[in-house]
Amino acid sequence: MNIVIEGGRIIDPAQKIDTVANLYIHQGTILAIGHEPPEGYFADDTLDARNKIVCPGLIDLFTHLREPGATQKGSIASETAAAAAGGITTLLTSPATSPIVDTPAVAELIQDRAADAGFVRVLPIGALTRGLQGEQLAPLHALTRSGCVAFTNARLPMVDSLALLRCLEYAATFDLLVIFQAQDAGLSRKGCMHDGASSARMGLEGIPEAAETIEVSRCLLLIEQTGVRAHFGQLSCERSIQLIDAARKRGLQVTADVAIHHLLLCDEDVNGFDSSLHVQPPLRSPLDRAGLRQGLVTDTLSAICSDHQPLDVIAKQAPFSETEPGISGLETLLPLSLKLVEQKLIELPQLIEKLTLGPAKILGLDSGTLQSGVQADVCIFDPEATWTVNDQSLLSMGKNTPYYGHSLKGRVDCTLLGGRIVFKR
Amino acid sequence: MVSGHLNAENLLESVTQELRVQMMHRDLTDPIMIGIRTGGVWLAERLHTALNLNSPLGVLDISFYRDDFSQSGLNPKVQPTQLPCPTEGRDLILVDDVIMSGRTIRAAMNELFDYGRPASILLVTLIDLQHRHLPIQPDVVGERLTLGEDQQIKLSGPFPLALEIRNRS
Amino acid sequence: MLPKEYYDAIQLTPEGQLKHFLTIEGLSPLLLTEILDTADSFVDMNAQQVKKVPLLRGKTVANLFFEASTRTLSTFELAAKRLSADVLNLNISTSSTSKGETLKDTLMTLQAMHCDMFVVRHSASGAAHFIAQHVTPDVAVINAGDGRHAHPTQAMLDMLTIRQHKGDFKNLKVAIVGDILHSRVARSEIHALRILGANEIRVIAPATLLPKHIESLGVKVFTEMSRGLRDVDVVIMLRLQRERMQTALLPSESEFYSLYGLTENKLAYAKPDAIVMHPGPINRGVEIESRVADGPRSVILNQVTNGIAVRMAVMSMAMSGQQLNTQSSSFTESSARTESL
Repeated sequence: MNIVIEGGRIIDPAQKIDTVANLYIHQGTILAIGHEPPEGYFADDTLDARNKIVCPGLIDLFTHLREPGATQKGSIASETAAAAAGGITTLLTSPATSPIVDTPAVAELIQDRAADAGFVRVLPIGALTRGLQGEQLAPLHALTRSGCVAFTNARLPMVDSLALLRCLEYAATFDLLVIFQAQDAGLSRKGCMHDGASSARMGLEGIPEAAETIEVSRCLLLIEQTGVRAHFGQLSCERSIQLIDAARKRGLQVTADVAIHHLLLCDEDVNGFDSSLHVQPPLRSPLDRAGLRQGLVTDTLSAICSDHQPLDVIAKQAPFSETEPGISGLETLLPLSLKLVEQKLIELPQLIEKLTLGPAKILGLDSGTLQSGVQADVCIFDPEATWTVNDQSLLSMGKNTPYYGHSLKGRVDCTLLGGRIVFKR
Repeated sequence: MVSGHLNAENLLESVTQELRVQMMHRDLTDPIMIGIRTGGVWLAERLHTALNLNSPLGVLDISFYRDDFSQSGLNPKVQPTQLPCPTEGRDLILVDDVIMSGRTIRAAMNELFDYGRPASILLVTLIDLQHRHLPIQPDVVGERLTLGEDQQIKLSGPFPLALEIRNRS
Repeated sequence: MLPKEYYDAIQLTPEGQLKHFLTIEGLSPLLLTEILDTADSFVDMNAQQVKKVPLLRGKTVANLFFEASTRTLSTFELAAKRLSADVLNLNISTSSTSKGETLKDTLMTLQAMHCDMFVVRHSASGAAHFIAQHVTPDVAVINAGDGRHAHPTQAMLDMLTIRQHKGDFKNLKVAIVGDILHSRVARSEIHALRILGANEIRVIAPATLLPKHIESLGVKVFTEMSRGLRDVDVVIMLRLQRERMQTALLPSESEFYSLYGLTENKLAYAKPDAIVMHPGPINRGVEIESRVADGPRSVILNQVTNGIAVRMAVMSMAMSGQQLNTQSSSFTESSARTESL
């Protein structure tokens, strides 16, 4: 099957390409970028991409698909369909399912279900410890063989630093990637929003910045000691960026990402107890947001993720502190990220890099590019088209987004996975 | 249709005379006079002095008893009702400046009954604008008037008492 | 940041009348003064022989207490009864409820009973907002305390007490002492005092009992009584929950008392005519010395008396605003109004 995507503005950060041309796909892989078909090429199908942008499919470093377990909130089929509609072709899933991803069977189940649905490449993150209890090592090697691409203990605490040290040593032995979602358990136990002027005013229990920075510091020291391949997910504080910057200057190979909502929103937006803004880590101060945005520009943050957490309606229908944290974000990842370009924080190619090549490099994947020979995971979007976020437009079972009812600019027209059209508007 | 000023002092004088007659007629020897805030109180004070009544004057504020509370809201400066002696079993003379729909008197009587069961109530008003919504009639009236749609009557006082008919602006 | 507009939208009618009473924050000085004036009328009425008016006759007020409080519940109940409303008291233990479902379900059930007003107390901040957002538009919601967020009727009764003793707020220095961190009363008082134009608002507490960035609410922070109480006109003591001693917030009751308990000696730092207030119930020998609590400068019992009047005022104003709001806009002035000129 040969598909040609005609006349789009092709942006591929890996090749530093930003040009209007045709993209030729041959048998599931990228064949060429150009104005004339390669010799002997015959297109079975043509996609008109005039006035559209053609880029590698997005890679989302952290999502909850809810299956197995909380299928009232989302299923692998529903959420991967939503991902395809959001231009995402690869995503990582949280090990915090029920059962937890600490056995090869669960990891395989997730991939099987995802393959059945056929929308997106689903790469499970394995649990670092059994049951995410923070004590006993999970079978990291077996999990890796069953498809886990990284390991995390999510936001759950390790029983002590020794347990963490042992886990990192073991992961380092097999050169496995460990993802930290840094949060000190004691400092965040009861909190539901950033500890600052807004939480003081609303009388909500705060989570201080130290809850993240203490844990980032501890992890950095142990990374240095063990030499483990490490990545920090969904950072929320300016100070964390500084700590990681300093570590990188010392020569530590650590990477970090940020969730899109932390780049756009802050604790002051929580005014009025809007439970759609209840999220972990909490939305921080405007200064923190500025620090994160700076970190994105300077590449300390090399990826933007959705931190997708679909919830059922009832989960958000309670007083703020009693609601479940989380934002449904697969389908808003791209349009919200485009706001950063509109706000002149970064250029469009740089943004595409944060959504494609950046996360691919963190994971050591060869995707996230349109180089000839790689699998044809492609996203075609209209940067000018506006759409309204509502029950009808969202495919995800989770309608829990602070942007519900908002009109967003930038809409995916077509998503190709391995040269196959998995979403078309 | 009328307009301009009415002589309030003259009206008060005729009300005093008629009330004196009515009291004799009904054999009211020691009634309690009660004025409805604000205009009714001014009148009641004058009547109380003129008739040389024994029992002290009572003052009624009916704001909490109005039936249009849900439509017009609450006046935040409600002053307390002051009934200086028990009204149970007594003859009452209720005084107000103007009667029209009869709702104010309805509210006043409801409030009075919360304080006990009076033997009788006699109603005195200076002006009767008619247009009643309720079957309530004054026993003593200074003058009956018919106002135009856009007209309003206003009593000012207490000294001197003056009645002015104005066009609503 | 748009709290003003937000709070306007949720608790005021387009004409600026109260339809819910959820928080003091964002209300105008005019409206607060109107509440105080109306409450004053009820204070007078409550001293009368007949302590009942028919303003809410035929209305049903449901007191939804998800957190036990005999005192607040009884003043709300008495206030509603003195306004001639039918009163339904529901003590709903939160321990048996799971997440938010039950709160919403409870709400739906009560709405089906056609209640006209919900008086809500809940342990979660924002619970009253949540309920106001989810009730049908003709039901008024009064916040009787939500988590650490707000206790607006308590703050207004304190303002009424202060006004009765001090007249104007303009020149007043007010100190709030004790567990500011966990106190919804303190938060509402700070808003009320600021809106009514108090000269200086101080909070006095150790750092463990102060929320971060409390200064952003417009208060001065003191950690010592001797400096914090200097020249104040009003001292508001807060209740200290015994549970606080079980965490690292405070070492012991006696240490707290020796540092922050209001004694005659410490009260001497305040102005000679300073008044002492406490929202109750009092922990004698923990926050306050008995001699002070029962002394001539204590106005604690006035606060209780004013509590009923303020609640009557707020309930009648919210009910009136709620009905005005839901009535057709073509209402014309009634003749009863002309008559009372």
